[in-house]
Amino acid sequence: MAQTYREMLSDPLVDNNPITLQVLGICSALAVTSSLQVSMVMSMAVIAVTGFSSMFISILRSQIPSSIRIIAQMVIIASLVILVDQVLKAYAYEISKTLSVFVGLIITNCIVMGRAEAFAMKNPPIASFIDGVGNGLGYGLILMMVGFVRELFGSGTLFGITVLESTNNGGWYVPNGMLLLPPSAFFIIGLIIWGFRTWKPRQVEPREYSIQTVAAH
Amino acid sequence: MPDPDNTQPKKPDGLIRRLIKMSPDSVPKTVCVAVLLCLVASMVVSAAAVALRPIQDENRLLDKQAQVLRVAGLYEPGIDVAEAFQALEPKVLELATGEFTDQFDPYTFDDRQAANDITLSTPLEDDPASIRRQAKYVTVYLKRQAEGGGISQVILPVHGYGLWSTLYGFMAIEADGNTVSGLIFYEHAETPGLGAEVDNPRWRNQWPGKKLRDDEGELEITVAKTAPPAGEEYHVDALSGATLTSNGVDNLVRFWMGERGFEPFLERVKAGEV
Repeated sequence: MAQTYREMLSDPLVDNNPITLQVLGICSALAVTSSLQVSMVMSMAVIAVTGFSSMFISILRSQIPSSIRIIAQMVIIASLVILVDQVLKAYAYEISKTLSVFVGLIITNCIVMGRAEAFAMKNPPIASFIDGVGNGLGYGLILMMVGFVRELFGSGTLFGITVLESTNNGGWYVPNGMLLLPPSAFFIIGLIIWGFRTWKPRQVEPREYSIQTVAAH
Repeated sequence: MPDPDNTQPKKPDGLIRRLIKMSPDSVPKTVCVAVLLCLVASMVVSAAAVALRPIQDENRLLDKQAQVLRVAGLYEPGIDVAEAFQALEPKVLELATGEFTDQFDPYTFDDRQAANDITLSTPLEDDPASIRRQAKYVTVYLKRQAEGGGISQVILPVHGYGLWSTLYGFMAIEADGNTVSGLIFYEHAETPGLGAEVDNPRWRNQWPGKKLRDDEGELEITVAKTAPPAGEEYHVDALSGATLTSNGVDNLVRFWMGERGFEPFLERVKAGEV
C-alpha cells in the first residue's frame, strides 16, 4: 500500500485538504460557520458520513455494477445522512434546528461523493474508512478555523462563552456584523487558502497561461 | 464420511452465491443490486425513524413549550422548561364565541389534529393564510399577574403558509387585547438566511408594543416594506429578500387577529371578562 493509515488520516488535513486544495464542500462551509458549536456538530456529521459511506461502498465495491455505481453510492450516502439527521433531531434538537437543511445537504457535499468515487471504489474497507474520516477531519479543521474567526469577531464569543465583551452587553467590543453573514466565510476561506499555499508552495497550481514578453516599439 | 470415489456432480450453488459470482455488469445483477440496495437502505432509514420518533416528539413538545415561555417573557437559558411551563394556564377556546370550553382537556388537546378532524374544523372558502381547514377549537395560554389574579397576557397559536412551508407560531397579546407583546415561530421550513430570518431576534423585537387595531376598531397591523397610512404603531418592517415569507406572516397575523380568528376572544379580554 502506498500510504500508511496514519498518512491517510493526516494527509487531508493540510497537504491535500478537501476545502483548501480541492476547493470542495464550500457551500456548507459558508452556511454553518457563524458559530463554533454548530461548526463542530456539522464537522462531526460529515466525518461520520464520509467515513461510513466510504466503508460501506468499499465493502460492496466488487458487487456494484459500474452502470449504476453513482446512484448506488448516492443511496448509501443518502441513507447515512438521513440516519445522522434523525439522531441529531433526537439527541441535539436545538442544534439540528440551527443546522436545518444543511445536514440534509451533506448528501450533495462533493467531498463525500469524491472520496467514494476516487478512493472507496478501488480500496479495501478499513483503508477507505480511514480515508473518509481523514477527509472529514480536513473539512472539519477548516470549518472550525472559519467558525473561530467568525464567532470571535462576529459576536465576541467562543462556544457561546463571552470573550470580547460586546457593546450590546455594556462592554467595549463593537461586533463586526458582516462576519455573521455567509459571504464573510468566502473572505476567510480565501485567506486560509492563501496562507496554506504560502506555507506549502507545492499546492500552488501552475498557471494555465504564460505571460509573453513582447518587444517594445 | 467423505467418499473418495465420489463421482456425483457438485451440488449447484445457492441463489445468493450465484448472485455474488455473477458479473457485476450483467443486466440481472444490476437489477438485483439496485433492488436489494434500496430495500436494505429503506429498512435502515425507516427503522431509525420509527425507533427515534418518541424522543423526537418529546423534544418537539419541549421546544414548543419553550417557545410559549419565550413569547411570554418567562424563558431564560437553562431553566427547566416543563416546570416553568406550570406558570401558564392552558385553556381550550371556541374561536367563534371567544368562550372557553370544558369539552376537551387542554393538556391533551391537539390543535393540529383538530384542524384535520372534519367534526372539529371548517373548510375555508376565503383563505388568506392558506390553511385550508380551520379548527373550531384551539389551545390558548393565559399568564396571570399572580395566582388567581387578573390576566397579564394571553398567548395565542397562529399558523399560515409562507413561501415553502406552513409557519407555526405564537402571538402574545397584553391584557388590553390590543397591544402585541411578541410573535415567535417554532416550526417552519423557510429559506435559511432569507425567510428563516423570522427567527432572528432583531426582527422579532419589532413586534412588542405594536397595536392590532386603531381607535375605530379597524384591524391595522401589517408586515410591509413601508409604513401604512395608519402609522408606525401598526407597522412591522418586512424581511428584505423574503417578500413571500413576509406576505405570509402578514396574511396569517391579519387572519388570526381578525374576525374569523381571535377577535371575539380579544374583545372579551379587553372587556375584562376573562
